[in-house]
Amino acid sequence: MDLNIGAAFEALIDWLKTNFEGFFDAAATVIGATTEGLEDILLFLPSWAMILLFTALAWWVASRGVAVFTLVGMGLLDSYQFALFGTKIAIGMGFWEITMETLALILASTLLSLLIGIPLGIWAAKSSTVDAIVRPILDFMQTMPAFVYLIPAVVLFGLGRVPGVIATFIFATPPCVRLTNLGIRQVSEEAVEAAQSFGSTPTQMLFKVELPMALPTILAGINQTVLLALSMVVIAALIGSGGLGDPVVQGIQQLQIATGFEGGLAIVILAIFLDRVTQAIGEKAGASGQAA
Amino acid sequence: MAVIEVEGLWKIFGGDPERARTLAQEGTSKADVKAETGSVIAVNDASFEVREQEIFVVMGLSGSGKSTLLRCINRLIEPTFGTITVHGEDVTAYDDEQLRDIRRTKMSMVFQNFGLFPHRSVLGNVEYGLEVAGMDKDEREDKARRTLDLVGLEGYEESQPSELSGGMQQRVGLARALVNDPEILLMDEAFSALDPLIRDEMQNELLQLQEMWDPAATILFITHDLDEALKMGDRIAIMKDGELAQVGTPTEILTNPADEYVRSFVENVDRTKVLRARTVMRDPRGDERAQLRDDSPSVHSRAPIAEILPTVLESEGPVAVRNGQGELKGVVSRTAIMKEVTRNAGAHPEEDADEAVKMKAS
Repeated sequence: MDLNIGAAFEALIDWLKTNFEGFFDAAATVIGATTEGLEDILLFLPSWAMILLFTALAWWVASRGVAVFTLVGMGLLDSYQFALFGTKIAIGMGFWEITMETLALILASTLLSLLIGIPLGIWAAKSSTVDAIVRPILDFMQTMPAFVYLIPAVVLFGLGRVPGVIATFIFATPPCVRLTNLGIRQVSEEAVEAAQSFGSTPTQMLFKVELPMALPTILAGINQTVLLALSMVVIAALIGSGGLGDPVVQGIQQLQIATGFEGGLAIVILAIFLDRVTQAIGEKAGASGQAA
Repeated sequence: MAVIEVEGLWKIFGGDPERARTLAQEGTSKADVKAETGSVIAVNDASFEVREQEIFVVMGLSGSGKSTLLRCINRLIEPTFGTITVHGEDVTAYDDEQLRDIRRTKMSMVFQNFGLFPHRSVLGNVEYGLEVAGMDKDEREDKARRTLDLVGLEGYEESQPSELSGGMQQRVGLARALVNDPEILLMDEAFSALDPLIRDEMQNELLQLQEMWDPAATILFITHDLDEALKMGDRIAIMKDGELAQVGTPTEILTNPADEYVRSFVENVDRTKVLRARTVMRDPRGDERAQLRDDSPSVHSRAPIAEILPTVLESEGPVAVRNGQGELKGVVSRTAIMKEVTRNAGAHPEEDADEAVKMKAS
């Protein structure tokens, strides 16, 4: 007997495609609309206004240092032309629009990750059977080379943003599930017993005790999910998702050092901004919850 | 009247509980039962009753099953066999809804390591029970504030639990348990994690609260500390390897230990320090009550014998024993005290007498 693993997987994807076409179409519509909507919102204000907004956000949740970094870094992503003493000066990389495209993809896929990942994490925390089933699947999702997800995503959703979001979602969800699970399991047994002994319903227990106490850990998971999403979104440029991956892909294909470097730098700036801001949110929640 | 009645209670973890029980009843040791059935017997056929408004102490070393026993009462742990009745109702038969109801209205619990919610303020912790029971915000906040005043935490309502010392955190734990005026208070090694001085203070305050309350709560108090058990308990159950070795008043336990185990526990206790005026007092006889005026010498019902000794020895007749409010609870006589003190000096007077007889014979 010839057992061909690859062919079996291909058959599975084909089978999914023929039997669940309606579902995938609907999912594609919703995800596509969400991503475009987010993009429209991000591009609604002029770039300088958005930069100021991001700076204010960084200042508010993180620190002045992060705010200064945001102002300068985001400024570099944009482009400016002005005349100084009669000399025309143009600075900036001119990536504003594709940066916002990338951000929209990250937000859409992260939203999807949280929507699926947090409930799954809660379920895994409550049931050891679910945990035992989910754990190896998460390992698989996280270790499979990210490029591989692009293939079934394209088969099922075609080219463009939607398969990009789907592939990103698969790649970036595991930490969200894992850390929600961990966070809830770490809630002290006495606190859980106390909540029970005062007559909490399971729902009250979850929302009044377990989730608030697990929040710092869950936010650490969200931080990781966002960063994984960013790294995957770049790879998704290979299947036409657009965004900051485009200059990088272009740089590779045409051996353009300048374009490639600029694309890479832009991604680094966005990554640092996202990391510091999401981390700061987690620390704040940790401080108020941990004021424990 | 019995508030809680526990009848033939077993808690067996894992393995084959039915067979484990049968083996244990046939006298097989705990270790052999585990080897044979894989079951761990935590509570072994416990039966006792807790009376209205008393402090019932379950004392045992770690691993004796006392915390498991306590958790069976409010079913944080499901009993394997046996029944637990509260005010005549079988709690073991309760469904989830009934269980939540009794936990919200009648029973509450204080934990060894406080079990506070770190994400809530002190006030938020105290009002938790009322909140889950659906009381509206103003009313529950008001109640929580009053309870915090009661335990001496006024002014700390908005603090975070982590900002408080251990003793104060446990006051929060106590307030959280008292806020819904429970009839039954379950205290799981509530003071064991505290420094000795703070522990003493909390013990006294709990006793005082118990005196002040009307109606007083019935308290089931778990401890591994014999001094604490003797100080707090109206009655004490000594637990060993999941079984109740003896149930009785402090005096009974000290005077008539049921077995070697209990005897070895109480052997070195200084009775004058642990026995209290209320344990050696008797009801006033004849015209004694009339003779005892409000200004005649009196002792506090909770004062240990060592402390009241001078007063009683100097007094001509029996001395009044009064509680914190000054109500007459009983009288204590010189003879009663002398009896206790001499019993302390010769540990087992009966045995000594036996030996004396034997020596004469030889």
